[in-house]
Amino acid sequence: MEYETVKASASNGVLWIALNRPDKLNSFNEQMGVDLLEALKEGEKSPEVRCLVLTGEGKAFSVGEDLSTNKAMIESGKPVLLGEVLKTKYNPIVQRIRRMEKPVLAAVNGITAGAGLGLALACDLRAASDRATFHEAFIKAGLVPDSGTSFWLTRVLGLGKAMEVGLLGEPIDAAKALNLGLVNWVFPDATFRGDAAKIAERLARGPTKALGLTKRALNRAVVVDMDSALEYEMYLQDIAGRTRDHVEGVRAFFDKRDPNFTGQ
Amino acid sequence: MQYETLLTAKEGMLGIITLNRPQAMNALSSKLVTELISALNEFEKDDEVRCLVITGSERAFSAGADIKEMSAMTAVQMTMTGHFFPLWDKVGRYPKPIVGALSGYVLGGGLELAMSLDVLVASETTQLGQPEIDIGVMPGGGGTQRLTRAVGKAKAMEMILTGKRIGAEEAKTLGLVSRVVPKEAYLEEAKKIANEISSKSPVAIRLAKMAVNKAFEMGLSEGLDFEREVFYLLFSSEDKVEGMKAFTEKRKPEFKGK
Repeated sequence: MEYETVKASASNGVLWIALNRPDKLNSFNEQMGVDLLEALKEGEKSPEVRCLVLTGEGKAFSVGEDLSTNKAMIESGKPVLLGEVLKTKYNPIVQRIRRMEKPVLAAVNGITAGAGLGLALACDLRAASDRATFHEAFIKAGLVPDSGTSFWLTRVLGLGKAMEVGLLGEPIDAAKALNLGLVNWVFPDATFRGDAAKIAERLARGPTKALGLTKRALNRAVVVDMDSALEYEMYLQDIAGRTRDHVEGVRAFFDKRDPNFTGQ
Repeated sequence: MQYETLLTAKEGMLGIITLNRPQAMNALSSKLVTELISALNEFEKDDEVRCLVITGSERAFSAGADIKEMSAMTAVQMTMTGHFFPLWDKVGRYPKPIVGALSGYVLGGGLELAMSLDVLVASETTQLGQPEIDIGVMPGGGGTQRLTRAVGKAKAMEMILTGKRIGAEEAKTLGLVSRVVPKEAYLEEAKKIANEISSKSPVAIRLAKMAVNKAFEMGLSEGLDFEREVFYLLFSSEDKVEGMKAFTEKRKPEFKGK
């Protein structure tokens, strides 16, 4: 599919979705919200796609909301209604990524701020280039963390570090991001794309159903009590136990070879 | 029996009814309502069936009444046909327990049908609502009464006046459904519960169901009187003798419904 503000291309079971407004540091206008959601849906539906990667064209991953919209509203004396923007643009994207039963990797290539950080956090895993920087910019604009940032930042970093990041809004470089656990990997910029592709392709060769169910179990575990999580795990394991990939995994284990998962 | 809009099956002691109008999200057409009543009658008479499961598809339990069909109806026609009243009456007074296995859309008449069943299991994708207000009418199959009794006035008003749907987890928190399970497991879970119910004394199950339903119709002291009377009545059943004997002998009871 062709999109106006997003580049989507599939290779080796991976759908690469690149935010493509490089001259605007991949800030979100309305169209990019629509395009990203459509591209995510496309990847979710396609049986050939078994892993998705979100990245940005140019020097930014994404700096989040295009503040020129807010500026125009303020200058025209209109009230700035951000709740509606979240409801229609960002929240469906965060929900779509987190509920998708395929792994989604953020390949954070550069500057990441505001809702861009929210988007990276909404992904299951984050690989960063060593020139990536993270800005919890909301507080600098007199706003609160949105697009899921307050939720996932707390869960990814823990409350103590999330408070530090959320209240001070200091820029975080790639090394510090790795140290905080904000990203899973940092790779040299020169090899970044290939390094991220290796992780994505490994995920794409995985037992897709079990990966999807694992996502469900982990995403649920952070919001419920232990007994409910144990019960939910039980249901999911019942489901995973009936997949062909489970049969293949068990066979491969006893044959002492690598499993050949098909995602079924 | 063969039906056009339903699938029915017997699995051991269970009677399973699957609403089957996939192209219409299992909208309740008059055909479906008539057939559902027949299927309920059939399982009611079948002594082998101890518990029913009613379900739809993963995408929709039922998205509500068939609006195409209803749009041509006048007040007089609605009055003279009783619309779906025979169904609500049938389900509302059904003597055997019914487990509802819900998934996807459970809206309008679909939710009213679900609420008149006994135990509700929902897949995590379930969305429940009374959106009649959006098409210029209001719930007419028990929604204003059953939803209010199930979730209380404030939430019922919000749902009925705005038409807004709620998700499975919220429905569970509100007590509208009893369990939420992954979408792959809801039907199986419903059957598990139905099988468990089927293993109990059918006499005790029938009277217990009746007594719980009386809680919505009687004042507390009348309800307690009713409960006590049917409780005493059970002491004349063979199942009571068997149940208590099995308990002291530390074995599983064999209930016969006598």
